[in-house]
Amino acid sequence: MDATSHSFKRNVHARLGDEALQANLRRFGGGFADRRRDAVGRVDDFEALRDRASEIRAEVLTHLDHWLLAFEAEATRRGTAVHWAETGAEANQILLGIARAAGVQRVIKSKSMVSEESGLNAVLGAAGIEVTETDLGEYILQLADEPPSHIIAPAIHKSRDEVSALFAEHHGTPLTRDIPALCEEARQHLRPRFLQADMGVSGGNFLIAETGSVAIVTNEGNGRMVTTLPRVHVAITGIEKVLPTLDDLSAILRVLPRSATGQDITNYVSVLTGTRDAGADDGPEQNHVILVDNGRSRLLGGALHDALRCIRCGACMNHCPVYQNIGGHAYGWVYPGPIGAILTPAFLGLEKALDLPQASTLCAACEVVCPVRIPLPELMRTLREQEMEQGLRPWHERLSIRLWRWLALHPALYAVATRWGIRVLRWLAGKDGQVHRLPGLDGWTEGRDMPAPQGSTFRDQWRTQLAAREAQGKARAAATPVAMAAAGAARSKAP
Amino acid sequence: MSTARDRILARVRSGLGTRAGEVPDRPVRSPAPLARPVHDRVTDFRQRAESLQSTVDHVDEMDAVPLAVARYLAGLPPVTNGMVVWPELAALDWAGAGLAVEARSALSADQVGITGVCCAIAETGTLLLDSGPGHSATASLLPETHIAVVPVAVILERMEEAFAQVLARRGELPRAVNFISGPSRTADIEQTIVIGAHGPRRVHIVLVG
Ligand code: SF4
Repeated sequence: MDATSHSFKRNVHARLGDEALQANLRRFGGGFADRRRDAVGRVDDFEALRDRASEIRAEVLTHLDHWLLAFEAEATRRGTAVHWAETGAEANQILLGIARAAGVQRVIKSKSMVSEESGLNAVLGAAGIEVTETDLGEYILQLADEPPSHIIAPAIHKSRDEVSALFAEHHGTPLTRDIPALCEEARQHLRPRFLQADMGVSGGNFLIAETGSVAIVTNEGNGRMVTTLPRVHVAITGIEKVLPTLDDLSAILRVLPRSATGQDITNYVSVLTGTRDAGADDGPEQNHVILVDNGRSRLLGGALHDALRCIRCGACMNHCPVYQNIGGHAYGWVYPGPIGAILTPAFLGLEKALDLPQASTLCAACEVVCPVRIPLPELMRTLREQEMEQGLRPWHERLSIRLWRWLALHPALYAVATRWGIRVLRWLAGKDGQVHRLPGLDGWTEGRDMPAPQGSTFRDQWRTQLAAREAQGKARAAATPVAMAAAGAARSKAP
Repeated sequence: MSTARDRILARVRSGLGTRAGEVPDRPVRSPAPLARPVHDRVTDFRQRAESLQSTVDHVDEMDAVPLAVARYLAGLPPVTNGMVVWPELAALDWAGAGLAVEARSALSADQVGITGVCCAIAETGTLLLDSGPGHSATASLLPETHIAVVPVAVILERMEEAFAQVLARRGELPRAVNFISGPSRTADIEQTIVIGAHGPRRVHIVLVG
């Protein structure tokens, strides 16, 4: 996928001014947080479940090489072909090779974020292979020719009217505002595609090392169709997705759906191993897994290592005030929200996504909900530091921080400067006490006023209060010396 | 010439400081905590399955299943297209209940798929269906109505036990282990939950015993 993360500020500007998008974000964004809260409320001890999930993911990462090889060995023994791809482009070529060798003409896909990273659909399309996305959200976006704006609700930025208009255009059906009717239309339209496809491409939520299986979690049932009906099934997923055992999968599944959609369990959890069972009449004849690195291995053992624990639940974006206001597209690549603000610079290069780690107030709502306890704000802070160290921030920002540092190291000057600062801000604010426009920093005052500082500086106030307290203390001591001495004596007698 | 596999593994190892052949020592753990305690397997299973929009009936013995299914179907629009059943259930007296069932895997046009289960999970109200000869995965996927026959003896507490059960029965995992928790659904348009996405619109569970 082509990234526009480098022009984050411009993206944000466009999104904030897009009234339709703003209305959609306001109407559909909040539901996730409520549903998660209710689901967590039904659990005895959700924190214990999070602990277990975090431990498992952390353990896997510390010996990722071992678990990948264990997965590969068992998957191969069960008849799955395991492929390794260093980049997204390599993954696309591997998949194209499999499709060509098997004479594939029609591909159906269930949701795969890794295939968004690699831009798979365009490559298959260019090779003359018809690709159909079957997750309803992804299908809508395929018609609209847009990337997903959320990792679990890809079309959350679209209203029913926009969906209806797309369907009318592509299916030739009348407009409707009835959401179940729109879903039914997609079902009717996609059913024949499921039946005709020769290849199913899925993501893989997890890889299970002990059994060589791919685990897929879906609600719509499209994931089951994609992995059951066509004669070839290819799962494409990141190298970090391994879990050692089926018990680990069970433990992780106690937090994933609850954190994602607020469901106690996702409708379908499919654990797929090898090819069609001997004597069975459904299931694919060929099964492939493509393990994609695409920047992940570089993070291991480094400052961003913990980001690879991510199980892609989407909770961090569902609870992020920045994401809720700008939507997913502004982030400019596959993964939006707090985790995207880390993965995008990590995978694409810091210089390509400079503003993403800055796109946070560090309120830590993401960290509070992350089911695998990724310290997201800390990782964003790390990236900010790296930007500074590598001289990647704009000159005026670097200059102002240097100025501030110099000032902070000279307390006397600092006191004078803050005293003057207050005066200037008060003067700028005028009579109503609100600064409407800050010259040079208009971004801050564009959408809101800034209240002018009241009273004196903190240090001045501190000094005044300290002096007052000392004076009071002295006065009291002078007034009742006998009583105070008696009280002290009584205290020292206590056992 | 080194392969992509070699290079990826080399980067992984250099990042982690691990060596080829090193086997991690995983701590032995007590079973993971349950999300919700299970007091009574049957009652909890039933209640949680219903909260996932499955419907549940309960009969005393296997022979009563066809009539229970007929009762349930009588409340739905008439079945004009195929009704398929897993072969292991074909011997029940379906004709006696007025139902014309066929023991085969499902086609897209079939309206009802009747299956057994490998086991069920009380913690979440979930069914587990394993693929294999006679266990057509399409029967629980393509028809609009999926009816699952669940002997109460196979209701287990948790997913870990369910996996152990499959492994005990089959020796190794079959192609597909499908955990099914209610009818298919989507919330992809305006976050509005709609039941009946690509899979069944109805899941009806007949408990037996
Ligand atoms: S970072 Fe945590 S909260 Fe965000 S998607 Fe990943 S697992 Fe979920």
